[in-house]
Amino acid sequence: MDNFSNLLDGFSIAFSLFHLALMAVGVLLGILVGVLPGLGAPNGVSLLLPLTFTMDPVSAIILLTSMYWGALFGGSTTSILFNIPGEPSSVATTFDGYPMAQQGHATHALTLAFMSAGSGAMFGVVVITLLSGWVTEFALQFSSPEYFAVFLLTFASFIGMGSGSAWKAVVSMMLGFACATVGMDGISGNMRLTFGFSELVKGISFLVAVIGLFGLGELMQTMEEGLRFDGIHARIRIRDVFKAVASMPGHWLTLLRSAVIGCWMGITPGGPTAASFMSYGLAKRFSRNKDNFGKGEPAGVVAPETADHSAGTCAILPMLALGVPGSATAAVMMGGLMIWGLTPGPMLFIERPDFVWGTIASMYLGNVMAVVLVLATVPMFAAILRIPFSIIGPLIVVVCFIGAYTISGSRLDLWLALPFGVLGYVFKKLGYPIAPMVLAMVLGDKAEDAFRQSMMMSKGSLSIFWTNSPLVATIMVLAVLLLSWPLVSAVLKRFRKVA
Amino acid sequence: MFKTGMIATLLATAFCAAGAHAAWTPDKPVEFVVTSGAGGGTDIFTRTIQSIIVKNKLMDAPIVVVNKGGGAGSEGYVYGASEQSNPYRVTFGTNNEYLLPLVAKMGYATESFTPVAAMALDEFLIWVNAKSPYKDAKGFIEAAKKGDGLRMGGSQSKDTDQTLVSIVSDATGAKFNYIPFKSGGEAAIQLAGGHIDSNVNNPNENIGQWKANMIRPLCVFSPKRMMAGPKVTKEMSWSDIPTCKESGIPVETYQMPRTIWLAAGVSPDVVAFYSSVMDKVRQTSEWKAYIEKTSQTETFMAGEDLRKYITQDTARAYGVFKREGWLAK
Repeated sequence: MDNFSNLLDGFSIAFSLFHLALMAVGVLLGILVGVLPGLGAPNGVSLLLPLTFTMDPVSAIILLTSMYWGALFGGSTTSILFNIPGEPSSVATTFDGYPMAQQGHATHALTLAFMSAGSGAMFGVVVITLLSGWVTEFALQFSSPEYFAVFLLTFASFIGMGSGSAWKAVVSMMLGFACATVGMDGISGNMRLTFGFSELVKGISFLVAVIGLFGLGELMQTMEEGLRFDGIHARIRIRDVFKAVASMPGHWLTLLRSAVIGCWMGITPGGPTAASFMSYGLAKRFSRNKDNFGKGEPAGVVAPETADHSAGTCAILPMLALGVPGSATAAVMMGGLMIWGLTPGPMLFIERPDFVWGTIASMYLGNVMAVVLVLATVPMFAAILRIPFSIIGPLIVVVCFIGAYTISGSRLDLWLALPFGVLGYVFKKLGYPIAPMVLAMVLGDKAEDAFRQSMMMSKGSLSIFWTNSPLVATIMVLAVLLLSWPLVSAVLKRFRKVA
Repeated sequence: MFKTGMIATLLATAFCAAGAHAAWTPDKPVEFVVTSGAGGGTDIFTRTIQSIIVKNKLMDAPIVVVNKGGGAGSEGYVYGASEQSNPYRVTFGTNNEYLLPLVAKMGYATESFTPVAAMALDEFLIWVNAKSPYKDAKGFIEAAKKGDGLRMGGSQSKDTDQTLVSIVSDATGAKFNYIPFKSGGEAAIQLAGGHIDSNVNNPNENIGQWKANMIRPLCVFSPKRMMAGPKVTKEMSWSDIPTCKESGIPVETYQMPRTIWLAAGVSPDVVAFYSSVMDKVRQTSEWKAYIEKTSQTETFMAGEDLRKYITQDTARAYGVFKREGWLAK
């Protein structure tokens, strides 16, 4: 148990009054950053980075990681309360979190989200502690064909699982892919669908699409239904928090499955977004109350939140051990590492065990602190819902617009949000799901890059997705199975009837 | 209304430039625009300079670093050039400032910027997986001449890495199947995992994997060997790596400048202010540590020298782009 004694050393480094104070400050700042739509964890962490230049590396990383935990928690808050996800990885939380809040169970939904997020993160840290040596090997096996297989698996877990038509999900996803192609193509270096707008070179930003599809779309619908100026009459009782906490063990299977998916995606940089979508899809598929998903099913909050956080936590490991960040925020922290004079890579564990294990120990402490602090904010956030949506909705959209403009400084982005708003409204009216489109927009260009890199490696032969390694073949089989499951199960049913 | 405001600002700038002969100093926060994503080479370059300025109090105004790495860095350049007389926006990059507009239609022109300084030259090396049979550059090139050639990974497409690969192919007749990844870091991991045969990463992008004996450098595209410094692995330090020229590849130099820019419309006083700040930055011990740690070559070019260097560098790349058919129509 070499890792265990290392971890104890780590605790002795991380556990000091100064560090605990740093954690509290980091978490609170993080919650603030996460709640303000448009700011988000990567921007928050990079704003804080200059403060750490004069700190010692362990204190610095504690401050930054704590802020990261806080921001992850804060991001789920807006998803649940207002249906506006602050980050791609919390999109899946809106599916059931928002309906729950509308039915007056905001306290329950928020508490569940925070508790599962905390459990996911804890699971992630334990995995890091136990497997830190072996994980590097595993991550190194991943090349472009494997990445493509993982993305395909994510897409596949989403098709045919919607309560609506599978074809509608496909249409929505294809539109998302089309949006993802906008901008500079990484493989050829050429511009695609930019129509001469230099602002489009970087592609369509996630934030703009979300403000439009979710925020503006929702607003238009509220207007159509007649502006009702009444909030959700939910009484906020502290007891609800404890009740939700007590219901956690009932979700153990979802928790475990999502945590495993999260760790896998965090270590092989599939990222928290793929993790949360995939585990939501799988939770729905394996659930007994399949039909209740999308209408306020608690497991629909537990699954994506657990996966998101275990992926976010595990993403720290490839950053330290390989120098490859598993998420956008991890990338910012990696920049910090180099400025503090450390070289991320396999040797970091040998050269600076104090730093590595101090960081890991601080992840245990930081997450416990984050859960406690964030649970304390639940009644406050839940109370916001008493304000009618027709008042708070526009306010939030305005804040979103300001946020989007501050980050990108491009006026075109604001105009772009409008067509997305119309699209979101039309989608809702015609019963097309929005989620597959957002998923395809976020992961589409990565999947495309991975596919085309694989094609270059194999000189155009598709067999690379089966023969490159046992790993890629397994994932591809899983993906194809998931994709064809609706068809297969229909055939099976008929077969049984005949027999 | 807007126009009047602009004219007023212009007049004010003109007045300041004419009236206040004394040196210009910033009196509000300065934006450092990074033309790469977080964690990239340009990001570390910019943030190191920021940290040196803050620690040594070389500038009174606060600094805000913003990452705009979309579209291979063009997002940052478009942003940096968008306000032609704004002295509070400094753009950090590489030679991509003047190379990007050659290969694709960008939202800015090379002339939209005034060069302030070039602070370092980053080196390029040929790296292979530690388990591969290639012990030296000669054997590697011979192997690449056979059959379909070797898999070469790199950062981005039609950028510095692919340009170098094209130069090497042209000079030796070796064949490479170039696969573009998002960043040099990704190319490093793909090499360590054995999914590609080689890459031409900068020292800083591969040092972690080299330290762990997962990959091996073959030669460096530099006129003379690199500075010694401490040993990286048990056996080797940077100075033990032969130059590519002495290993028989007829390509002597290929380096990438780390550059700093202002919008073209700012007054010479502003340019002078920032280049003097950068001159102070490079004299600090922290800067020396950065150069040593990232194994770059120290240099400082400003004014005429820098313009001359840019013209030469552009001409050379232009030849390669033309041969490969990459030039934008």
